[in-house]
Amino acid sequence: MAAVDTTAEGAGTVRFVLDGEIVELHDVDPNRTLLQWLRDDLRRTGTKEGCAEGDCGACTVVVGELDRDDSTIRLRAVNSCIRFLATLDGKELITVESLRDADGSLHPVQQALVENHGSQCGFCTPGFVMSLLALFKNADRPGRIEIDDALAGNLCRCTGYRPIVAAATRMYQLADPADADWLRRPGRPGEAPPADRLERLRSIAREQATCVGSGDHRLYAPRDAGELATLLAAHPSALLLAGGTDAALQVTKQLREFETIIYTGNVAELLCIENGPDGIEIGAAVTLADAVPVIVGHYPELEELFLRFASPPIRNAATLGGNVANASPIGDSMPALLVLDCELSLQGAAGTRVLPLAEFYLGYRKTALQPGEFLRSIRIPARSAGDLVKSYKVSKRFDQDISAVCGAFRLRFSGDRVTEARVAYGGMAATPARALDCESALAGAVFDEAAVEQAMQALARDYEPISDMRASAAYRMRIAANLLRRLYLEYSGNAAVGVYAHGRG
Amino acid sequence: MAAADTDRRRIRGGVGEAVPHDSAHLHVAGEATYTDDIIEPRGLLHLAVGMSSKAHARVRRLDLDAVRASPGVVDVMTAADIPGENNCGPVVHDDPILAPGLVEYAGQALFAVAARTYEQARRAARLAVVEYEELEAVLDPLTALAKGSFVLPSETLARGDSRAAIDAAPRRLAGRTRVGGQDHFYLEGQVAMAVPREGGDLYVHSSTQHPGEVQLLVARAIGREAKDVVVECRRMGGGFGGKESQPALIACIAALMAQRSGLPCKLRLDRDDDMLMTGKRHDFVIDYEVGFDDTGRIEGIEFMFAARCGMSADLSGAINDRTMFHCDNAYYLPNVTIVSHRCKTNTVSNTAFRGFGGPQGMYAIEYVIDEIARTLGRDPLDVRRRNFYGTGERDVTPYLQKLEDNVLDEIVDELATTADYAARREEIRLYNASSPVLKRGIALTPVKFGISFTATHLNQAGALVNVYTDGTVHLNHGGTEMGQGLFTKVAQVVAEELSIDLDRIKITASDTSKVPNASATAASAGSDLNGKAAQAAARKIRKRLVRFAARHFGVARDDVRFERNRLRVNGQLIPWEELVRLAWFNRVALSATGYYRTPRINYDRKTFSGRPFFYFAYGAAVSEVIVDTLTGEHRLLRVDILHDCGASLNPAIDLGQVEGGFVQGAGWLTSEELCWSERGELTTHAPSTYKIPTSSDLAPDFRVRMLESGRNREKTIYRSKAVGEPPLMLALSVFHAIRDALSDGRGRPALHAPATPEAVLLAATGGGHD
Ligand SMILES: Cc1cc2nc3c(=O)[nH]c(=O)nc-3n(C[C@H](O)[C@H](O)[C@H](O)COP(=O)(O)OP(=O)(O)OC[C@H]3O[C@@H](n4cnc5c(N)ncnc54)[C@H](O)[C@@H]3O)c2cc1C
Ligand code: FES
Ligand code: FES
Repeated sequence: MAAVDTTAEGAGTVRFVLDGEIVELHDVDPNRTLLQWLRDDLRRTGTKEGCAEGDCGACTVVVGELDRDDSTIRLRAVNSCIRFLATLDGKELITVESLRDADGSLHPVQQALVENHGSQCGFCTPGFVMSLLALFKNADRPGRIEIDDALAGNLCRCTGYRPIVAAATRMYQLADPADADWLRRPGRPGEAPPADRLERLRSIAREQATCVGSGDHRLYAPRDAGELATLLAAHPSALLLAGGTDAALQVTKQLREFETIIYTGNVAELLCIENGPDGIEIGAAVTLADAVPVIVGHYPELEELFLRFASPPIRNAATLGGNVANASPIGDSMPALLVLDCELSLQGAAGTRVLPLAEFYLGYRKTALQPGEFLRSIRIPARSAGDLVKSYKVSKRFDQDISAVCGAFRLRFSGDRVTEARVAYGGMAATPARALDCESALAGAVFDEAAVEQAMQALARDYEPISDMRASAAYRMRIAANLLRRLYLEYSGNAAVGVYAHGRG
Repeated sequence: MAAADTDRRRIRGGVGEAVPHDSAHLHVAGEATYTDDIIEPRGLLHLAVGMSSKAHARVRRLDLDAVRASPGVVDVMTAADIPGENNCGPVVHDDPILAPGLVEYAGQALFAVAARTYEQARRAARLAVVEYEELEAVLDPLTALAKGSFVLPSETLARGDSRAAIDAAPRRLAGRTRVGGQDHFYLEGQVAMAVPREGGDLYVHSSTQHPGEVQLLVARAIGREAKDVVVECRRMGGGFGGKESQPALIACIAALMAQRSGLPCKLRLDRDDDMLMTGKRHDFVIDYEVGFDDTGRIEGIEFMFAARCGMSADLSGAINDRTMFHCDNAYYLPNVTIVSHRCKTNTVSNTAFRGFGGPQGMYAIEYVIDEIARTLGRDPLDVRRRNFYGTGERDVTPYLQKLEDNVLDEIVDELATTADYAARREEIRLYNASSPVLKRGIALTPVKFGISFTATHLNQAGALVNVYTDGTVHLNHGGTEMGQGLFTKVAQVVAEELSIDLDRIKITASDTSKVPNASATAASAGSDLNGKAAQAAARKIRKRLVRFAARHFGVARDDVRFERNRLRVNGQLIPWEELVRLAWFNRVALSATGYYRTPRINYDRKTFSGRPFFYFAYGAAVSEVIVDTLTGEHRLLRVDILHDCGASLNPAIDLGQVEGGFVQGAGWLTSEELCWSERGELTTHAPSTYKIPTSSDLAPDFRVRMLESGRNREKTIYRSKAVGEPPLMLALSVFHAIRDALSDGRGRPALHAPATPEAVLLAATGGGHD
């Protein structure tokens, strides 16, 4: 195990690339967000604050980083309002101010917005520019669903979006594929970035664990799981930080100040994805953006669920591990992970243990993690041929909304008889939870109208949901049951279900 | 004249041209400066507000020691520290800046704290120890009504004998509906920065639709006069009415602290604080009783409106008046009684929001019409048409204004055809017959919206045009820019009047020291009023230049003609810059003010009658939706809009208003739901819980057109029509399409707004009747 200084008196620096220059910052408070730094310290006020909680997109910037192969750069939109500045170490930052050419001419993304009258008050615009830039660099002539998804994290209260969606097509027409400036060339998968750009990023890559901070606030960024375990043992009350899409809100909204933060984003073992014939092992620090394609590769039925999970800027930061460890009763991945019989690998100073996800949640926001223990990875079994797998999310709005109820189902059949049933919901109890009564009503039954009716009724024994601003208890109960019916109708083909596919794409 | 010749002579960026928003280049580059982006003056203090956690209580003890001791804190201020008037209410003086001991809503400002940084101020503001003696709180309009709790007296508008007409009608229907409120969710939250000047004067940067009012209220609060305060606003990051009266609170706090400390002070509300502390669109409970014949034609109708005004009057008087003026929408109501209650509740004081009470009135009548149609089993469009205002007959509104510009039939006929309404209705019927779970629905709803402030005196405006010796122009007027493109449109007017290209005109920030006493930029009247005022100013200068040129060149005035960027004097061509320089050299005044007041309006508020509106804006929309009857989720599939913008000053900007207004209205009626706890705390105070539309909510098939024959019959600025508010109400078609899907040809679904999935599911299964 590499030696790691768990006391780290002397805090180091945060280094990243901005507009071709390497920025090196000393005394960075780990609680400081990228947005605060941009607006208050750097006085780059193009990036706006509209909510400080990741939900409006006014603060969107693009972050570049070396891909796993070390020879391409991935550009991803993220919400700077809930991104801690210290986690930018080793990355490249692109803000709206970065886009103008030396001669003052606009980037094709910007030009397309102007031509289509895509700004009215203009306050949301820089954020849209950055989300569109990420789309421009990552997708080649996207369709409407892809465009809507790219914009899912950006709110505009003025335009009604039509001109912005139009700009997302127009920007490709305005772009010159031979432009000397890499940022101005539309995305072509696999295209190598300019050598100097790569070189700069390589030059600030770290080999060792880092520690940054100011005053008595510290952020540690260990490089391997052993270091992480050591640090966590030394600082049992530290905040374990992954994507921060939940944790950072404690700073921006509850106004907490963390003394010690341990960042998982550089821990090699936690960044692994192992995709084998009997399943997928996803490291706890893998972002949803990276995890989803792999999961959907095995379970295409989960595509809509993950499309509706927050927005790209959130998914680019948020981790699957953070979703699971956060233990929110309305976390969207967990019902599906529960019905797939996933297992968690938990690591602490004493070693690593494996626990079925179904045994992980002990109560409201309470998990089986022991002090000093962290989530190392999530194991998703490979699909068994013939399994019926579905997950449905119901919320007030299609995109970037928290579920009122999220249901997931897996049925295994022998003929038309169900041999194994897994049913789990979020939003129905203090934790995401399986519906055991409902499952036993289905197991062994022929999957027909009568069985579904039985299963729907069983749900009343499984759950006692609450009422809040997202939904009443009665509505939650009703739709939980109706989602079972939807599953049956979709399976039997007796009726068209689900409204979201209509007229899109 | 040959076409090429005309083109050459036509200026760039004149009236009617679809030029981009004047700040579009700055917006996309992140270079447009909003109030929080202004370079901060040295010594700036950041402020935060301590809020009440109770809806109605006496403050027994307000212990601010921990606040004062918090790191970075410089000063703390309560109501007792206000040297002038403790009020930021725009009309009635019932809105304390800082609560003086009695709190009347959860979220009300109790004290303000100044600190070195924004974070320090916000942290400190949470450390107060407050002891409350709780009082009984009135938390909804019906309770207020029962208790007789009102912010203003109730009003009645009546014509004919509605009672007798209803009793005599062959058919009758009575019921109750509700329509929810709406948070503005301007992307830029409320913000102001006050900078001390010499002699105790203040310069205030405020994100406001009404700089003049901020100026007066700030002056009174700090115990000074209007002349001592200048308020400036270059642009807002969205307003929608939410920055009509609400910015005064923010600016007053910043100003008071700046006065105390002698240092610049900035107050920028965090999103949650903004949503908790500032007013929203009024939610209403509406009772109706209507008598009609077998074709659905209304013979008599009575409405009772109970609006949640919140804890103070704010603009609720005029807002509820507008509700009364718009509960006819497009329909002739021969015998009508409208009763309007302005309920006082222990919730945030509700305020202006795009449509200003009009949308709720129109919601009411559209709801009734839909109910009538479903009772009779007729197509709602037939019943709507049966009740449309006529021309020459059935053309007098309940407030006795005669409709002189009715284009309802023209618009609705054209739209029904282009949107293929009849065929699609049939196609949907067939689809629904074979689809047990998913149901589609369609609706066409019209809009008629009265343009002018109902308070007649507000219908005036001023402008200032300066021409510099290099030929460039500085334009200023009393309107404010919140994204609606007002500055661009007014500049186009000036370009047209002076025959110069638009890029020679500099549009400048609204500033109370340049154009005084301006009304709020509201009531959709921005370009009507300020365009005319700027036109008047530009015409003065143009006239002076013509007179001068005639004299100077010794020709008749008729021989002097303006062409693009130049003057033609007999055969001679004089470039504009040269003309200006010559004029200056010859001592011609190159600066002028312009003034305008709207003609032909008069209105007696006592009798609710007269001609409150200069003219009406019209439009109509067809929406089609699909509804999942298992979950209540729904999606908009197709929207067709035909809207009358008159002769548009800028078709691109007007299109943006139509589209944006429609989507905002759709949000109001579907996904945007305000919720309160039993203790009266707002629980939806952030975008995580309050859901405005996103791009995927936009109908995949969205067709918007302007009425081609559009031309205002009144002499408005270049015969254009106001377009800020009216399109919002086109979204009523979305709500009624959902009702249509639920009804599926049978029955009256008990669906009220907002039609959240939960509300829709409840209605789909027969629940929800009030
Ligand atoms: C705008 C917005 C939209 C959202 N939408 C959705 C949505 O649609 N569906 C949904 O489910 N969620 C949503 N979320 C919540 C959040 O994004 C997810 O829960 C996300 O997966 C959290 O991951 P993270 O990496 O950001 O976690 P963090 O914020 O970094 O951490 C969350 C918690 O998990 C703990 N944790 C993280 N990693 C580990 C580990 N390896 N071991 C032990 N503990 C760990 C942290 O200590 C912390 O307590 C949304 C959040 C925002 C801000
Ligand atoms: S400020 Fe709203 S998402 Fe960051
Ligand atoms: S242009 Fe105003 S919020 Fe988008």
